[in-house]
Amino acid sequence: MNGAKLGISNVVKQYADHRALDNVSLEVEAGSYTVILGPSGSGKTTLLAILGGFTEPSSGHVMVAGEDVTNVSPSRRPTTTVFQDYALFPHMTVGKNVGFGLEMKGVPKKERRARVLETLKLVDLAHVSDRHISEVSGGQRQRIALARALIVEPSVLLLDEPLGALDLKLRRTMQDELTRIHRMVGTTFVHVTHDQEEAMSLADNIVILRDGRIEDMGSPARLYLEPATAFSAKFMGDSNIVTGVVQAARNVVETAWGLVEIEQQLTPGENVTLSIRPEHIVEDAQGAHNLGEWTVSESHFLGQRHRIVAAKNHHEILVSVSQGSLHTVGESLKLTIAAKMAKVVKGEK
Amino acid sequence: MKVFNAGIAWAFGLVVYGFILLPVISLVVFSFQATALPVPPFTGPSLRWYEELFADSGMIEALANSLVVGTISGVASTGLGFLAAYGLARHRPRGAKIVRAVIMTPLGVSYLVIGFGLSITANELALGKSLVLVTLGHIIINLPLAFAIILSQMREEDESLERAARDLGAGELTVIARIVIPVVLPGILAAFLLSFTLSWDEFIIAFFLADFDVTLPIEIWSQLRTGLDAKTNAAGTLVFAISLVALTLAYILSRTTQRRSKGS
Repeated sequence: MNGAKLGISNVVKQYADHRALDNVSLEVEAGSYTVILGPSGSGKTTLLAILGGFTEPSSGHVMVAGEDVTNVSPSRRPTTTVFQDYALFPHMTVGKNVGFGLEMKGVPKKERRARVLETLKLVDLAHVSDRHISEVSGGQRQRIALARALIVEPSVLLLDEPLGALDLKLRRTMQDELTRIHRMVGTTFVHVTHDQEEAMSLADNIVILRDGRIEDMGSPARLYLEPATAFSAKFMGDSNIVTGVVQAARNVVETAWGLVEIEQQLTPGENVTLSIRPEHIVEDAQGAHNLGEWTVSESHFLGQRHRIVAAKNHHEILVSVSQGSLHTVGESLKLTIAAKMAKVVKGEK
Repeated sequence: MKVFNAGIAWAFGLVVYGFILLPVISLVVFSFQATALPVPPFTGPSLRWYEELFADSGMIEALANSLVVGTISGVASTGLGFLAAYGLARHRPRGAKIVRAVIMTPLGVSYLVIGFGLSITANELALGKSLVLVTLGHIIINLPLAFAIILSQMREEDESLERAARDLGAGELTVIARIVIPVVLPGILAAFLLSFTLSWDEFIIAFFLADFDVTLPIEIWSQLRTGLDAKTNAAGTLVFAISLVALTLAYILSRTTQRRSKGS
């Protein structure tokens, strides 16, 4: 099966008391894995429901493979959805569930059986075909829902928080599984989640939604390393956000923490917001623009790294240091920012 | 003290249940009476009165009428109740609350009023009294119950099953036949059995609306008027047994539905 390009243009969803989506436009490459990431209430589930045809947008268009499907019912859309609660039919066997879409298309029984087994094999579940839904585990249900949606060879597969109900370990396993299946089938995957780790490990492309608008979009690396806004910097992992004023040197910002060097040349006197990842704050005070001495106020061992909160003059900074360097509360640290790692972002209004 | 309290509770329970069940027990026991009068002492057991019952063409006809009226009114109330419940639960039309209240109103009206009202209406419309009218009356009283039972089974979570079926290409009729009905089937069967039972031993409405063809309760009543013998006990026992079986089935079905809602 081949994935199709997905286009969303100027989609608005207005409810009586609030605007769930506010002029969202987005192009999704054919065959890509796109994750729509956002906190609850950001409109991500509404957007997915509009793509699947379950909710009508107040205005705007949805295009699949260049065709306008805005007014096409879910049963006729070249999309299928893996629902958050899986929505497996409790009165049918696993095989009947998976074969349901083909049955609706009038595929003869014999061919259906063969294709059901083939699709169940794709998710490693060929052996549970005759079991009832109540007899399979949560992780298996997730994969059955995936098989049921994939068997009809949709141009676009929509996944609504598909891993949300699984425990952490199973969730990480299923992420790898989803990547493998995506590569094998080549369909366009659009996946909604609030879990940034899940988003980063799966996506070719991440779209961050906030209050019904697209806050930022791009590759996981770009979003993490060069966040466009303070919100997306904080939503995609931890970040230190600090404001300051551009100095005469044009690439130096004076902040409450001290002088910070940036990459760009900006207008002196301009107010800017900076985002610095905790792992980019390092123990060193050699450079010209170091942050000076800080006192450790909290220290947590997280396995691979230590997460440290350090304070200076009532300001707090989040630092992530490697496993080997142990710091105790009260210890003083000389800190600086790794070269080119202070990013200018759009601040909060 | 505790033991004493428990003893009182048990004794009270026994008195209450005895009060409720004693007439039924005596009805059943004296249906096996060997002599004519269903009064102590017990002279049976004997199946004499059952033989007489099945030889009585009036009784057998009434029994058949009751089965037909119960089945048709049960199917109709359950079918209409299902459609109303599905429409209100899933499509949420404007004024759904008002529609629901209107469907439920017959529950608050006495059978006497319904029977009398239908009788007057039929008279005005120059429709003769008949079993068709009795069936209509029974649909009116059973529709709210069937509707309420089925509506309680229409869980919001199951709506995503219907969405999934549509997503996979199912049309509306297929969604109803393949997803909605199978999922609420225990509720539908329970609603049918309860409607059937209520129609099966309903007296007042049938009394107002039946003409020469009567239902079993009316036949039993008219035979009671002509004289006391144990044949009416046998008929009553039969009515009771069928009701008991239907209600037990309805109960078991509603239990399986509850388990399904709790599990999975």
